[in-house]
Amino acid sequence: MIALTLRKSMRAVEQDRLLWAVLALFLLLVFGAGWLKPLFASLFPQLQRPLYDHDSFASLVLAHLQIVVLSSIAATVVGVSAGVFATRAAGREFRPLIETLVSAGQTFPPVAVLAVAIPLIGFGVAPALIALALYGVLPILQATLAGVESVPAPALEAAEGLGLNRWQRLFGVELALAAPVILAGVRTSVIINIGTAAIASTVGVKTLGLPIIVGLSGFNTAYVIQGAVLVGLLAVAVDLAFETLQRRLVRWQSTR
Amino acid sequence: MAWVKNRVLLVLVGAGAAAAAGLPFLTHAPNRLVLGTGISLAATIASSAEAARAWALATIAAPALLLAASVFVRPGRAAHLGVIVCATVLLTGFVSLAGIHAAQLASIANELAPGANPDIARTSFGGSFWIVAVLSWLTASDAIARLGLKPVSRLLATAAVVAPVLICLAAGWLDQLSLLKEYAHRADAFSTALRQHAEIVVASVVPSLVIGVPLGIASTRDSRWMNAMRTPLFAGLNVVQTIPSIALFALLLAPLALLAARVPMLGRLGIKGVGLAPAVIALTLYALLPIVRSTAAGIRQVPRPVVDAATGMGMSPRQVFWKVEAPLAFPVFAAGLRVATVQTIGMAVVAALIGAGGLGAIVFQGLLGGALDLVLLGVLPVVAMALVVDAVLATLASSIGVR
Repeated sequence: MIALTLRKSMRAVEQDRLLWAVLALFLLLVFGAGWLKPLFASLFPQLQRPLYDHDSFASLVLAHLQIVVLSSIAATVVGVSAGVFATRAAGREFRPLIETLVSAGQTFPPVAVLAVAIPLIGFGVAPALIALALYGVLPILQATLAGVESVPAPALEAAEGLGLNRWQRLFGVELALAAPVILAGVRTSVIINIGTAAIASTVGVKTLGLPIIVGLSGFNTAYVIQGAVLVGLLAVAVDLAFETLQRRLVRWQSTR
Repeated sequence: MAWVKNRVLLVLVGAGAAAAAGLPFLTHAPNRLVLGTGISLAATIASSAEAARAWALATIAAPALLLAASVFVRPGRAAHLGVIVCATVLLTGFVSLAGIHAAQLASIANELAPGANPDIARTSFGGSFWIVAVLSWLTASDAIARLGLKPVSRLLATAAVVAPVLICLAAGWLDQLSLLKEYAHRADAFSTALRQHAEIVVASVVPSLVIGVPLGIASTRDSRWMNAMRTPLFAGLNVVQTIPSIALFALLLAPLALLAARVPMLGRLGIKGVGLAPAVIALTLYALLPIVRSTAAGIRQVPRPVVDAATGMGMSPRQVFWKVEAPLAFPVFAAGLRVATVQTIGMAVVAALIGAGGLGAIVFQGLLGGALDLVLLGVLPVVAMALVVDAVLATLASSIGVR
């Protein structure tokens, strides 16, 4: 038993270390891209400009994160509230409909939502934000339904027995116990949004996808690699950060 | 509000009525360059010819009123069937009225300026069209779900809801809508793109099945090698799944281009940096995680006592696998295959960015030109393909396997 716990905590430390390593590599590439210019110049001798320098990578990362964070916050607020509504007595009737909507909605490719939003709403950041937020709701809503559902009935009865009111039961028991499942939904949503935000660069939205798109249309493979490595590392780093967060959350729950 | 018997339907009907009253049903522009003006549903019906107006009243007003009335009917089998029929008629009415009115607008334009090319006028679906179409479909599928049908009947019922729309399409009623005009302009390119898209999906899902299923089965077996490999295997597949598709496509571009330059033989086989090869490799890698995971999960959820009993009856390990484990694991595996296929259909759109073709090429062409109709011409078949595959595999999953 002790050995198992020890191994588990060692794995946790290892994963934390991996997160820091990926994050460090990402930041190093973002801020130290200038030092890599000779490397790309020697890899692609035929390119006149082997390093993407229309925008600084740091500004691209900030713009990318801004879109993802704003749309994910909106998606979380809407998704969790809709999920809570569908699990109350007043909203239970709507649950099958919401489930149909969520499962059919998820067969839509996220790119499709983006592609339809842009000509409808216009060019710029707004359609990307709206499309990402809309699509991002689905996994969070699904996770909230599953998470609240999985709260054991005895826990609810105990909370009622303790005299907690509706809101205290919702926040103190149901959402608190469902939190890891909801967080997993948020993680899925955020990772999808990071990828879809990159694709928004096809219509000129400033994100880490821009070097990829500029590189693809200008036959500059160096740009393509620079953008792709950064987007990939960003997604992996955020995913690992969510994993750490989930682990902390479960540990915090078990010590309470 | 005790007399409201179906609050879900009340919300759906209310939202539909609000959309129909407040948003344009169609938008019409004399040519592609001008911004279209909206035409409301009421204006569309009022300005229609006699026959079209009667058709609209029969297929839109009547089912809409009946749906509104069913809000006050206690839900039951008959009520659900009625709702399904009304929603289907309403969906058909909306689609056909749009097509008929577009044709009328085209003929008016032709009378006003007989010499002008009628092809340049653009009549597109407006906001209320999309909202009511989606709401009718949701209403129908909610009622179908409440009927509690068997999987195959459920699939057939869903198909029956969509069938009239496809008939309108095949009958040529919708030909004057700009979506169909875009199609007519590039019918050949469209069918090539559709075929390419299907090819990319098959070429990615089949290899991931060939690799993923044995890998998933192996991961459930106890051996020293597998015990050591299991964690890194799933961790690796997880990382691949995390990397955004655009990044993975792009990352495969450079090494493949380099490889093709070094080994000309490969280049002649069609393996080069840009095009199909990186797309298919990346999509295969993406599809591996759901397939390996669902294969492993399917086998692991087979109850131990069942396997022990089969072994006790004298079945060989091979027989235990084929007669016990495989059938019991199938529904879980099929769910994974469904996720993998639907995901591949969607991601293949992005593959157009690296020159793999497919429907994504049409989508991005439309995006760059700001042409919504062109985007829709690419997106709608992708969504239709995903929905059909999803429905068929879901039906397969629930009707094959455990009895």
